[in-house]
Amino acid sequence: MDKVIIADNLSLSYSNSETIINKVKFSIDSASFVFITGASGSGKSTLLKSLYGALKPQEGSLVVGGVELKGVASAKLNFLRKHIGIVFQDYKLVKEWTIEKNIMLPLIINGYDKSVSQNQVDSLLKHVRLKHQAGKYPLELSGGEQQRVAMARALSHNPILILADEPTGNLDDYSAELIWNLLVGANEQLKTTVIVVTHHIPENIKVDFKHFHIEFGRINEVN
Amino acid sequence: MKSIKNHLSLIIALLSILFSIQIFIIVDRSIDAYKVNLASNYSIVVVSQKKLDIESITTSNDLVSDILPLTPDNVIKRLNTGMSKTNVELLKLTLPKFYRVKLKYYPTPSEIDILTNKLLKKDSVIKVENFSSNLDATYKLLLLFKSVITVFAISMIVVTVLLILKELRIWQFKHNERMSIMSLFGAPTWMRSAVLFRLAIVDALFASVFVFVIFTMLSSDMWVLEQFRYIGISIIVFDPLYDFLMLTGIAILLSVILASLIVLGHKEEV
Repeated sequence: MDKVIIADNLSLSYSNSETIINKVKFSIDSASFVFITGASGSGKSTLLKSLYGALKPQEGSLVVGGVELKGVASAKLNFLRKHIGIVFQDYKLVKEWTIEKNIMLPLIINGYDKSVSQNQVDSLLKHVRLKHQAGKYPLELSGGEQQRVAMARALSHNPILILADEPTGNLDDYSAELIWNLLVGANEQLKTTVIVVTHHIPENIKVDFKHFHIEFGRINEVN
Repeated sequence: MKSIKNHLSLIIALLSILFSIQIFIIVDRSIDAYKVNLASNYSIVVVSQKKLDIESITTSNDLVSDILPLTPDNVIKRLNTGMSKTNVELLKLTLPKFYRVKLKYYPTPSEIDILTNKLLKKDSVIKVENFSSNLDATYKLLLLFKSVITVFAISMIVVTVLLILKELRIWQFKHNERMSIMSLFGAPTWMRSAVLFRLAIVDALFASVFVFVIFTMLSSDMWVLEQFRYIGISIIVFDPLYDFLMLTGIAILLSVILASLIVLGHKEEV
């Protein structure tokens, strides 16, 4: 099976601070569903940041989607990010754009045709049950609704990889279930690799998944 | 509403810069027109024992536009108390020759000194009257006026640039978030900053059009035209093509510099 992520002897740290991830080695198969867990401050979000190139490897090698991220040039990083969908705990929506435009962002960046983009956005808005809110701005929506918009944005361009950082951290049950269904759906139907960083793996999740646990800067697969 | 406020702050800052520049241009044009006016009413009187070679003096001095001989008839008329025609002709021959030197433009005091010395070096020239004290006072007044306006315009521009720098921080904060989010989805730099440059250019165009409207109105305003007529000059207050293009260019350049500073100062959130 193809590997979408290969980390070899990978160390990560923020500038002028101690090493957070220390010489770890792991790989993730494409089309797999992966949970990364760990205590607060264990480095799971740091690891996720490194997967979309926001934090460069200090040591070792990290290959995502065939792109080596150590010393990666910005053009190549942009190319990789065009094929990744990211969901953040704090949503990271553009406040001055309507939710429709927010969802369309990856499609615009990837140069999709306007009518194709509009159809895709309409379909996603239906999926996240926000069709009636299309013209609203993020701050006019609840936290759960904003996260559903962020989820739709992450899925809009059919990425090869979805990275989600605590996607249901502060959400109501209805929104949380909707988010999990969308992630599982993308994995099962579109064969998208999904990596979710979370404190707790939901008990009722209906998907075969791999589980990595981070502790003391090391990453271990949990059977 | 908040967005309009953000636009207005840059538009107003640009407007004050464009206003200062155009006011400076108007003052400069007024002074130039006034200098031409003064030059046409100003001349140097040269007294020579012999007839002067007018052509050689005119060609050897850039400042000189023409030399006109002054007829002594008026002087002779006053002296003529029953003199015979022959004696009058003899008197005419013995009198020195008077010339009026006309200048191409209103000279600086040092230019007038150089010309006076050159003329005095001619063997036959016995006297050059340049009325330099009058000239000096007028010229210094013009220079003082121009300096005051220059200082005023520069101070306005400095204060406005400081305001723009403050605005820059607000813009940086406002646009950084959107640029970071776009970057997370792989948008190249030009795409991330396109919105910013578009806003900056639109603001610059708004400011230029506003200045165009105001100065076009001013340039046809009767009161303004009357003021220029009082001091005997006529100038182009606002050239709808040249001035507009120049001011638009300056406004766009400033806005683009502002936007570029924000783009260069952008740091991706980690």
